[in-house]
Amino acid sequence: MSKAVPTNRKVLSGNEAIAHAAYAAGVQLAAAYPGTPSTEILENIAEFKDIYCEWSVNEKVALEVAIGASFAGARALAAMKHVGLNVALDPLMTFAYIGATGGLVIVSADDPSMHSSQNEQDNRTLAKFARIPVLEPADSQECFDMVRAAYEISEQFELPVLVRTTTRISHSSGIVDLGTFERRPRGDLHYKKDIARTVMVPLFARQRRTALEGKLEKLRAFSQNFEMHRIEPPTNDRDTGRIGIITSGVAYAYVKEELPSAAILKLGMSFPLPERMIREFAASVDRLYVVEEGDAFIEEQVLAMGLRVEQPKTSLRIGELNPDRLKRFAAEIEGREPEPSPSPATDIPARPPVMCPGCAHRGVFYALNRLKATVLGDIGCYSLGAFEPLYAMDSIVCMGASIGNAHGMQKSGYDGERIAAVIGDSTFFHSGITGLLNTVYNKGTSTVIVLDNRTTAMTGHQDHPGTGRTLMGEETVEARVEDVARGVGVQRVVTIDPYDLENTYNVLKEELGTPEPSVVVSRRECVLRCRDRARCVMRVDETLCKACGACLRLGCPAIEIADQAQIDTRRHKVRINPVLCAGCGMCRQVCRFEAICEAPRKQSL
Amino acid sequence: MTDIVNISLVGVGGQGILLASDILCRVALLAGKDVKKSEVHGMAQRGGSVMSQVRIGEKVYSPLIATGKTHILVSFEKLEALRYAHLLTPDGTALVNDQEIKPITVSSGQADWPNDLNERLREATRNLKLIPALDIAQQLGDARVVNLVMLGALSLQMDHDETLWREAITSLVKPRFLELNLKAFEAGRTWRSE
Repeated sequence: MSKAVPTNRKVLSGNEAIAHAAYAAGVQLAAAYPGTPSTEILENIAEFKDIYCEWSVNEKVALEVAIGASFAGARALAAMKHVGLNVALDPLMTFAYIGATGGLVIVSADDPSMHSSQNEQDNRTLAKFARIPVLEPADSQECFDMVRAAYEISEQFELPVLVRTTTRISHSSGIVDLGTFERRPRGDLHYKKDIARTVMVPLFARQRRTALEGKLEKLRAFSQNFEMHRIEPPTNDRDTGRIGIITSGVAYAYVKEELPSAAILKLGMSFPLPERMIREFAASVDRLYVVEEGDAFIEEQVLAMGLRVEQPKTSLRIGELNPDRLKRFAAEIEGREPEPSPSPATDIPARPPVMCPGCAHRGVFYALNRLKATVLGDIGCYSLGAFEPLYAMDSIVCMGASIGNAHGMQKSGYDGERIAAVIGDSTFFHSGITGLLNTVYNKGTSTVIVLDNRTTAMTGHQDHPGTGRTLMGEETVEARVEDVARGVGVQRVVTIDPYDLENTYNVLKEELGTPEPSVVVSRRECVLRCRDRARCVMRVDETLCKACGACLRLGCPAIEIADQAQIDTRRHKVRINPVLCAGCGMCRQVCRFEAICEAPRKQSL
Repeated sequence: MTDIVNISLVGVGGQGILLASDILCRVALLAGKDVKKSEVHGMAQRGGSVMSQVRIGEKVYSPLIATGKTHILVSFEKLEALRYAHLLTPDGTALVNDQEIKPITVSSGQADWPNDLNERLREATRNLKLIPALDIAQQLGDARVVNLVMLGALSLQMDHDETLWREAITSLVKPRFLELNLKAFEAGRTWRSE
């Protein structure tokens, strides 16, 4: 059927290419916690049945598991989104001292512009902080090539290697030549007891600290001749003076298209840098610029070499790069007026992401809104509960933060009476448990609501300890939030069905008013996974609808204003879009006029 | 870089845009071309607007298309077509599914649906083709094949042989939906206005 295509050429996303590289490099163990834009790496590795892979409960554990495999002489991979590396930083900082036995590669998928993240940190800085090498692929082919090279470097220098991608590498696709795509057999590395290398008590750690600097020296020399750095001459002969651009990662692609007049030094390894190569390149051009996505990571190192780097007014900091930004940059440094860029029409109704029709979180946020609670939030789909009309979340910091935040507010003498933390099931297992133990231990009184939708929904429905299934598709022990809560000493543990609005309200009211710590488990499967099983939809009887607007306060996308012409008035009847309705029935419960009733659900449009 | 064809596919989460762009990439691969694709998902599954950009040529570097450099805009929904019309080159072509999906901002009464949408689309694009892809798909028995109807229309705007398209579809669509998808593709190719 596809005879014309040699099987070794495929269109792969960066994440898929990394998974293929892991297979080809003979990786034996891969561990991760899901996080956009990194999630598909492990999902694709799971397709290769001869790699052991797992969703670890969090990134710290994922890296620790990978370190264990490296101790044993196996090649291992840990993948995470940028903020995941914060969680995993503790083992990384010290494992850099110990060093890798089996090759260990950490993939950090950074998310400049925060497409699906709470910050846009540049993790190359964390690799430099830990004193480990950083590779930066510029497309899917380089993802495949560099991850394999990273294993060679990791074993040669006995160091973990960070492969840094950004959203436009992880989630863009290109043609990858997989070559022979044979799986490398396991090497002859194996565990050898050597406590001076692996037991980081101060005596040995001091020695390893020195040893690490020695490795870095050797890496600097290696970087000078690293085959994935390259210098490319200008591709046109426009006379703009000799412009030189040092670049890396996806920035290279934009430079290549928008600045054909420039000579390019494309770096494959951005730490440690090939200093001699950079000095020679700088000497060969009249004006030197650095174009990189994220912080001025390479630029600051080049400046520290005492080289002059031009500082154009067009800033490339903050947010991801794109062809438009590079066009403006190119125009400025070539002394041209930038091409005018067409702007979008401004008066088009927005289409924001919304909490799905039938989402179980809605029942909890509706009650929290009515209770006027102060709600410390967490990372997940339920961030959508912060917005109108639910408007029932006060903060989002990072994974697991809600529980400690709620405890701190309560202990601070904050005069709000009702303080709740809301956290998803996957997030609770990721980093909520320690916070909950802390609340109990320190005699806190806040209420923790675990929004248990039986999956990691935000990133596309991955399993976690509460689902009873592993990444490799095996059944396993199903962790129960209630048991964990009781296990850390919570006496008051209540389970509710968030579709039952009255009970949800009553339970939350009671728990929020109780002067002891409590856990409310709000349990309902994510509607995206069970929508097709809904037996009915809701329907509005327009003769009974009094246009009171109560159902609109649920913020359900299936509930629509019935008559567009009435929008100017403050009251309008509603109808329910049968295609969108998931039949949860929350709207029927809030309607005081019995205007909403069940109707049979049709199968398709 | 003048040989590169830039295609932006836009619409609403759940309309099959990602499969359509995968098929397009596959066609490029089969044709021996270079291709880059970039997609925005993240929270798109939650009803937000979705965009996938595909660039096909002898050698393609950037996975993103500069504003105003899209040669063909394939919009699976009419409001999204207007939202992204500025991506087109002045003489670019807009293939627009004549279907309206109201965003929550409109359905909840916070914003007004532009009643002059068709006129505004005509003003914003020089070459506009409104395609009743939803009607065509429903006549074939499944609204979900709107994406293949749109691909059929797109295939007429491109140089690649029809057999490559069929081969790409065959390799990416699940066997039990293949016949329906190929029919939808064909319907998108044979549909003519008036």
